[in-house]
Amino acid sequence: MSLTTQYLGLTLKNPLVASAAPPNAHLDHLRHLEDAGAAAVVLPSLFEEQIEAETALEAQIYDLHANNSPEATSYFPEPIAGPYGVGPDAYLDLVRRARAALSIPVIASLNGATDAGWTNYAQLLQQAGAQAIELNVALVPIDITLDGREVEERILHILASVRRVVNVPVAVKLGPFVSSLGHFAMRLVEAGADGLVLFNRLVQPDIDIVRLAFDTHMPLSRPEEMRLPLLWISLLAGRLKASLAASTGVDRADDVVKALLAGADVVMTSSAVLRYGPNCLSIWLDDLRAWMTARDFKDIAELRGLMSGQKLPNKELLGRPSYMKMLGDAVMPS
Amino acid sequence: MSTRTTMDGNTAAAYVAYRVNEVCAIFPITPSSTMAELADQWMAEGKQNIWGNIPVVQEMQSEGGAAGAVHGALQSGALTTTFTASQGLMLMLPNMYKIAGELTATVFHVAARSLATSALSIFGDHSDIMAVRTTGFALLSSASVQEAHDSALIAQMATLEARVPFVHFFDGFRTSHELNTLDLLSDAEIRSMIDDDLVRAHRARALNPEHPFIRGTAHNPDTYFQAREAVNPYYAAVPGIVERAMQRFGAMTGRHYSLFEYEGDPEAEYVLILMGSGAETARQTVTTLRAAGEKVGVLQVRLFRPFSVEHFLAALPDTVRRIAVLEQTKEVGATGEPLYQDVVTGLADAVARGHRTTLPLVIGGRYGISSKDFTPAMVKAAIGALKANAPRKDFTVGIDDDLSHTSLPIDPTFSIEDPSSTRAVFYGLGSDGTVGANKNSVKIIAEDAGLYAQGYFVYDSHKSGAQTISHLRFGRTAIKAPYLIATAGFVACHQFVFLQRQDLLHVASPGATFLLNAPYPAEEVWDHLPRPVQQAIIDKKLRFFVIDASAVARQVGLGMRTNTILQTCFFALSGVLPRDEAIAHIKEAIRKTYGRQGQIVIDKNFAAVDAALAHLHEVAVPGNASSAIAMPPLVPSNAPDFIKSVTARMFAGQGDAIPVSQMPADGTFPSGSSAYEKRNISDIVPEWRDDLCIQCGQCSFVCPHSVIRARYYHEDRLAAAPEGFKSAVINARGYPETRFSLQFYVEDCTGCGLCVEACPVTSPREPGVKAINMVDKLPILEREKASIDFFETLPVNDRARVDFANVRGVQFLQPLFEFPGACAGCGETPYLKLLSQLFGDRMQVANATGCSSIYGGNLPVTPWTKDQEGRGPAWSNSLFEDNAEFGLGFRLAADKHLELALKLLAELSDKVGPELAQAIAAAPQIEESDIRAQRIRVAELKTKLLALPGEAAAEDLLSVVDHLVRRSIWLVGGDGWAYDIGYGGLDHVLASGRNVNVLVLDTEVYSNTGGQASKATPLGAVAKFAAAGKRTARKDLALQAIAYGNVYVAQIAMGANAQQALEAFREAEAYEGPSLILAYSHCIAHGIDMRFGMKQQDMATASGYWPLFRFNPTMRTVGENPFRLDSPRPHVKLRDYAYKEVRYRSLAQTRPAEAEAVLAAAQRVVDEKYRQYEDLAARDGSRFNPGEEQSGAPA
Repeated sequence: MSLTTQYLGLTLKNPLVASAAPPNAHLDHLRHLEDAGAAAVVLPSLFEEQIEAETALEAQIYDLHANNSPEATSYFPEPIAGPYGVGPDAYLDLVRRARAALSIPVIASLNGATDAGWTNYAQLLQQAGAQAIELNVALVPIDITLDGREVEERILHILASVRRVVNVPVAVKLGPFVSSLGHFAMRLVEAGADGLVLFNRLVQPDIDIVRLAFDTHMPLSRPEEMRLPLLWISLLAGRLKASLAASTGVDRADDVVKALLAGADVVMTSSAVLRYGPNCLSIWLDDLRAWMTARDFKDIAELRGLMSGQKLPNKELLGRPSYMKMLGDAVMPS
Repeated sequence: MSTRTTMDGNTAAAYVAYRVNEVCAIFPITPSSTMAELADQWMAEGKQNIWGNIPVVQEMQSEGGAAGAVHGALQSGALTTTFTASQGLMLMLPNMYKIAGELTATVFHVAARSLATSALSIFGDHSDIMAVRTTGFALLSSASVQEAHDSALIAQMATLEARVPFVHFFDGFRTSHELNTLDLLSDAEIRSMIDDDLVRAHRARALNPEHPFIRGTAHNPDTYFQAREAVNPYYAAVPGIVERAMQRFGAMTGRHYSLFEYEGDPEAEYVLILMGSGAETARQTVTTLRAAGEKVGVLQVRLFRPFSVEHFLAALPDTVRRIAVLEQTKEVGATGEPLYQDVVTGLADAVARGHRTTLPLVIGGRYGISSKDFTPAMVKAAIGALKANAPRKDFTVGIDDDLSHTSLPIDPTFSIEDPSSTRAVFYGLGSDGTVGANKNSVKIIAEDAGLYAQGYFVYDSHKSGAQTISHLRFGRTAIKAPYLIATAGFVACHQFVFLQRQDLLHVASPGATFLLNAPYPAEEVWDHLPRPVQQAIIDKKLRFFVIDASAVARQVGLGMRTNTILQTCFFALSGVLPRDEAIAHIKEAIRKTYGRQGQIVIDKNFAAVDAALAHLHEVAVPGNASSAIAMPPLVPSNAPDFIKSVTARMFAGQGDAIPVSQMPADGTFPSGSSAYEKRNISDIVPEWRDDLCIQCGQCSFVCPHSVIRARYYHEDRLAAAPEGFKSAVINARGYPETRFSLQFYVEDCTGCGLCVEACPVTSPREPGVKAINMVDKLPILEREKASIDFFETLPVNDRARVDFANVRGVQFLQPLFEFPGACAGCGETPYLKLLSQLFGDRMQVANATGCSSIYGGNLPVTPWTKDQEGRGPAWSNSLFEDNAEFGLGFRLAADKHLELALKLLAELSDKVGPELAQAIAAAPQIEESDIRAQRIRVAELKTKLLALPGEAAAEDLLSVVDHLVRRSIWLVGGDGWAYDIGYGGLDHVLASGRNVNVLVLDTEVYSNTGGQASKATPLGAVAKFAAAGKRTARKDLALQAIAYGNVYVAQIAMGANAQQALEAFREAEAYEGPSLILAYSHCIAHGIDMRFGMKQQDMATASGYWPLFRFNPTMRTVGENPFRLDSPRPHVKLRDYAYKEVRYRSLAQTRPAEAEAVLAAAQRVVDEKYRQYEDLAARDGSRFNPGEEQSGAPA
């Protein structure tokens, strides 16, 4: 039986990809993921503002006390430049070391803020050895004067800019809140996206009613959150010339099967890895094989997209009738 | 091929020294630290010497240690150097005799600096050099940045050939820190000057078991003398060797030097002799005077030791009739300073032997002591002194000596400045980037635009809100003017508030451009100027430009950083370069400077450049000064006379004019002067919400500057309160008529925000509002000043009635350490303030040199103060290395005098009353109420003793009677002292069993000299001298002290557990033996946002990196385990603590793989260390030494 799948033009040994999460910044964790069966890893997002804010804060800390006293013109040695100079070096080095340490593909994730930031960092990531770049474009458009089209154009512009300067495949990780996601997905693919990751979870802060403060702690995703990506992957599978990755809410092997049935090329998870540890991946793979064996599937291609909108005999199932059926089935509270 | 570039003297010297050595043994000391830092940095970067090797750079525990390591490396054949100054050179003395005695080739590079006498000074003169002139080292002097570069090589060439070691020295600050244009030697040039045969010969003389010999023997009277004389031929050869080296060097570079360089009229009658940077000034001045027809000359001494009379005489014109030898040192009690003596001796001998026909009159003059500016006017004055009918024998120049009348009058209008040069003076704050921007401008103008440039920077001694004055000269010819600018065509004031304190425009030449950064638009700014400023602008016909740079900075998102904006204005107005060219250069410099910070920062700075020009406006200057604003008095009218007549002049920047008679001769200054310097350095200050406050005392506890004071008082007092004075009902039960007030001394606040972070209260209705909130100062300033005045009329709370045992109670104790000039948010000073609150009225402090001695004792004002009864900490600083011993001396004297007092008391028992005598002798003095009771008894005793006139025993007892009140001896210093340079002494003092209390303000680096690694520096942290991250764990000083068994030891972190810190202080003080407290002190050298300093302390403890514990030997007397672990098991990973600090993070950014490995190792160290402490805490009390019977101090 073959679990091989194609994602962004890369051949993966199975459809399980460890999505971007903070522990992925550590080599030992990445090795653990590989050992547990992950077919690729996405490194945590390199945030342009974060890097620049950090370097700016550090520069401020350096500068604030520099040339302040006759006894000390500074309080730190000059930073010793690494292979990429001094800046996003640690991240780039992580890419390089992850490539050296792992035999599975390493995908870098980038979240830029300026045009120059997107393109510069994308080039650096490619130079550092990233086999693909995932553009993390999901931001809350807090500027309420922007209309939806402007927000979309901005993302398309970023994608096109990055596409121009790198050769490696580029995926776009989207949030679900777009007026016409299907149309936008189509435009992204036209603009050069090799794949779409559905979806990114937006930061949704809670409010602490004692301290009267926002709590930005991000809870792990819950299984029921998988329904939205499942819907959209079903709708888009087979209709775009791009890979599709299901992300958010994947919690069990069954969810992997569901995503594949809907048409995902790969299934991404980080919450489950955080919740259960990397070994959950190997269990899922076993379960996936067992499920396929029981149904005599020989490879992933056979089952992928069986439940996609394209392949279902009754396409309307995913449209209004489906909605009505779900409403009808809902158990009303007594 | 030489390259023209710009650097300071330290860099210029180190550049060569690093390339011609294999080993550098280093230790930081101002002003030489930069040389050692660069060597370490270059090693970390893998830079090679001229033989293609990377020199090994080793930090030592002291300069004494560095000298020992140098000696050893030399004896083992390595080309070895070190860099030092002042006290550091003193610590090298013993080894210098050895190194010279063994005829060992080496060069020590010294940024010459004053020695500590009645006061320490970090500034430059030749006191240190003169103190080593007997060691046998050759002494080679450099007078400029170029010379410091060139002579570093000449000294190395000469030492290898001569086998006589060299001190190559240049003036601390004036040369070491001056930026100037120089021609840089290429590696090939340096290589060509070093003879490898001599290097091999040096190695061949090394100790080697393959062909062993013995060196370092001990002699007897029969041979030692002869052995000393055996070196004579080597010394006789030195002048010739140096001369030849200079000639070879000159032939290669075109820069010609000689041992004694004469410049002036070949038939001069009046000649000045001097060495160092002053010689440059003298030479330039003499050139001007000669042009006016004067027969004058100057002889610059380069090779001071061995002093070659032959070369000296050859350089001196035969026509000279009178000579003034000018020196930057003072040799008290001698017939003259050292160079004077050599000159006189050499001339007298020459005349006696017929080598010269006339003996000129030689007089000696002192100048430039401790970087006192030495100007052409002073050179002229010295020549004037020679021309007097009866020249005085010696003189001083540059001060007003109204005591011994040694000083020469000078003509302040005399100037030799090149009219074609551009001279600019900038007044800024350390934190506003003015100096950095000016250094950048010097680089732009010299390196990009090809002009010659000089930059020199003057700082005040405060670590927060320090004023900086930048002196910049630019021109088309080399700038040889090592003195401050007296008249400038461009003057910039980057902080409006300076105009109210100082006369800044005295430096503006007529018609000069004046740039002011002001928070007012161009059409309004005139009316906000003090009248004297307006008058100066009118009188000098200044062109007056204004910009609200702070507003522009905020607008473009640069926060407080106005440097780029004001730099742009300078280029736009000064005309030093064409405007467009200048802007292009600035932008290129921005790209270089901020490149690593990314496009966002670059874009902001570009926007700042563009916005600067748009917001720069010329102010139309009216014909008359109309302002009603006068310069406010610098100190209040009720200040003591000394403050008004002396200290206030220092505030005004007029300290140079204070005459000798007004200075204390023995270094004694009044306590409590910081209260008179209202610096107003922060625009934002805390404001109290009396309605929200729970009166817990956390805010005042952590305040590093003692600006938060609490008092309770009867509500009737409020009748006299000014409007806006805040007050709350005290929240202790049973005192309904008692009120509580927190008063913020807003003019002394640095705006650090630690208090806000410490405040545990948040408003239940207003998001983000606490019981203390930072607000703009200006709107509340007058209200708060009135409130402070009223607050000070409230009675100080009675110490005997305050509960010291908890943080809440401590807020009512008056701090006797207030308003230090420490960094905003300093982590050390809260501990000192607490110390002063608890024991200040009976405390004697020995303070090791370092940050705490600088903010604790650097003029103009000092923070140690007195209570309302006139009592307070008696503070002194001896040295860096001897503080434990110094403090032990306090104890020995106190013990002796207590013993004497008790003996005399017993003798006088009948006369003063046996009951009183007995009560005093037997008084318990632990609780504050005990102390108060004893003070009353001692006061009664004094009264009785004064009634016994003529009774010798009574008078004797009066002289020591104060010791009858329990004296608290505290030895305070940083980790550099306790872990490194003073460790041997500290160890000895702890082992003595004497009742001293040691407080180590542990910042884990040498903070004062700029963050060099100490043995307290943690594994994985980057520091200077550990540029690639420290690879060994910090020393566990606590465990070492615990090993003694009878030392009270506490490890504390106020931000983690204030109550534990308080208890540790009290237990340590109460313990009758030695005590050691290690206090975690967050520091700017950690690279944190200082506002969160206390939170970071908490993280240090939470991660287990800094566990809190106390080891109290007295617990043994009750059979208990003396070791108590006060902090919980680590519940935060080391990473989560460490990576909040730049010192750790920067390694992770630049060498991530190494950083990860080091962090893992550091985590293991933390885990194991914690287990070790847990083991100790879990032990049965009997498993500690000494036994129960021996615990506590010796009887």
